[in-house]
Amino acid sequence: MEKRVSYRNRYLPWLLLTPQLLVIAVFFFWPAGQALLQSLQQQDAFGTSTEWVGLDNFRNLFKDETYLASFRTTAIFSVLVAGLGISISLVLAVFADRVTRGVMVYRTLLIWPYAVAPAIAGVLWLFMFAPSIGIASYALRRFGVDWNHLLNSQDAMTLIVAAAVWKQISYNFLFFLAGLQSIPKSLVEAAAIDGAGPWRRFWTIQFPLLSPTTFFLLVINVVYAFFDTFAIVDAATNGGPGKDTSILVYRVYYDGFKALDMGGSAAQSVVLMIIVVALTVIQFRYVEKKVTY
Amino acid sequence: MLVERRPTLGLLAHAILLCGVAVVCFPLWIAFVASTHTAQEVLQVPMPLWPGAHFWENYTSALLGTGSGSGSNAAVGQMLLVSLISALCIALGKIAISILSAFAIVYFRFPMRSFFFWAIFVTLMLPVEVRIGPTYQVVSDLHLLNSYAGLTVPLIASATATFLFRQFFMTVPDELLEASRMDGAGPMRFFFDVLLPLSSTTIAALFVIQFIYGWNQYLWPLLVTTNESMYPVVVGIKRMIAGGDSANDWNLVMATAMLAMLPPALVVVLMQHWFVKGLVDTEK
Repeated sequence: MEKRVSYRNRYLPWLLLTPQLLVIAVFFFWPAGQALLQSLQQQDAFGTSTEWVGLDNFRNLFKDETYLASFRTTAIFSVLVAGLGISISLVLAVFADRVTRGVMVYRTLLIWPYAVAPAIAGVLWLFMFAPSIGIASYALRRFGVDWNHLLNSQDAMTLIVAAAVWKQISYNFLFFLAGLQSIPKSLVEAAAIDGAGPWRRFWTIQFPLLSPTTFFLLVINVVYAFFDTFAIVDAATNGGPGKDTSILVYRVYYDGFKALDMGGSAAQSVVLMIIVVALTVIQFRYVEKKVTY
Repeated sequence: MLVERRPTLGLLAHAILLCGVAVVCFPLWIAFVASTHTAQEVLQVPMPLWPGAHFWENYTSALLGTGSGSGSNAAVGQMLLVSLISALCIALGKIAISILSAFAIVYFRFPMRSFFFWAIFVTLMLPVEVRIGPTYQVVSDLHLLNSYAGLTVPLIASATATFLFRQFFMTVPDELLEASRMDGAGPMRFFFDVLLPLSSTTIAALFVIQFIYGWNQYLWPLLVTTNESMYPVVVGIKRMIAGGDSANDWNLVMATAMLAMLPPALVVVLMQHWFVKGLVDTEK
């Protein structure tokens, strides 16, 4: 896309671009390049000597059983977050699309968690599920469930999934509601006249027409689970018990800033970069087709 | 209006939505209730489910940092100020530098124009999380640790905002530029007198999204601030929790959580129209 008319000026466009370019050069490209370099180097603990080690950092990384475990943890976590988040919000959006009165009230009450910081979400859920004093863990005990996310890794995983899904429902809900409202009423009415009940209409008309939205949300939710949930994990479980909830992003932070293994952390950064690039490519290749109705 | 009437289904819809609302709002209620009781009352099992009488006491104690929990007892008032200043700087900074870049890319012809466009685009693929070590190094070499510049400048580049402005500028009729040129206005005059006023809706929508983004930053402030007076509230609250479950002043922690949620939640609820527009537009 090009404008038909434009200005010609030797200095002005450069001047206009300078602030943005400076920021991305200094804080994005330079550090990303450094991460690539460091991933091929090994520093001793005091940072006094650096040597080239080729792909050794990556080899060590993928030989490390705990790193592979972190991959599995991240995979389980993102499947649960995306799956639960999308299905719960789809159900809510379908019913919100159906009610004639109070849609705005429901919408307002359902979307505010978007504004809640992941770290705060982590703190709220941690408080409710604190093993000895939490109101939710008390309720669970009444039902015979001995909840302790500090010792039981399944409980810990459930906790971070719940907090992450809770925070993401608002986002998915808004997109599903917008998607449902843009489906022409005449289609649904025609099917109703033909005698299709609500259940049948949902599966044969609304759900297929929503599939671009669903796919888009799937990508967004996976990105969210991979990258935006660091604060939830840090606030709610600290990656524990052991390393059972330390997702990849938590590992990068922990290895780089707590364990001070710069080479290993940089190699992990590069692995994460590859994942982001893949997800972004998927998003831009397929999300173009989002608006099909 | 739909051709059929199914009263039971209507009731079911309301029932399910009410359940959804209850689950979504329950943590908020618990946080509010806990923030109005004394620390001892909150530690009862089960804790009370109805607000207590210590609202003002707890909130002033949290704001002034006069608590006595086992974690940090820093003043939340200062943290809120840091959060507010950084969120405003990030939101306005992103909008300012993005609208200028989009203006340059759309309205000027110059060498390497598309190269710069793609350079900005690629930053989408480099979130803080994938370059934390080296970015920290840069900020520390520039002596920006524990400063507002360190908290905000590395976050103000924005590919999404630049795209959004570019898309919007593409829809602005060329005749406006031609007319302003005929009237003898230069590019910057055109920008300030025509383009900027036309962009106000886009700016409002972006502001809501970016303010929340800035307010909710966690990993970055965690790295670049080591001084208690520079913690944003989102980072500060984590430091209030230390030791065992019962050693914390949960009433003050929850008061802090309420205070930390209030500004962005107000922005979302009061500017709902712009928020929805901003959300849908930025993801296109």
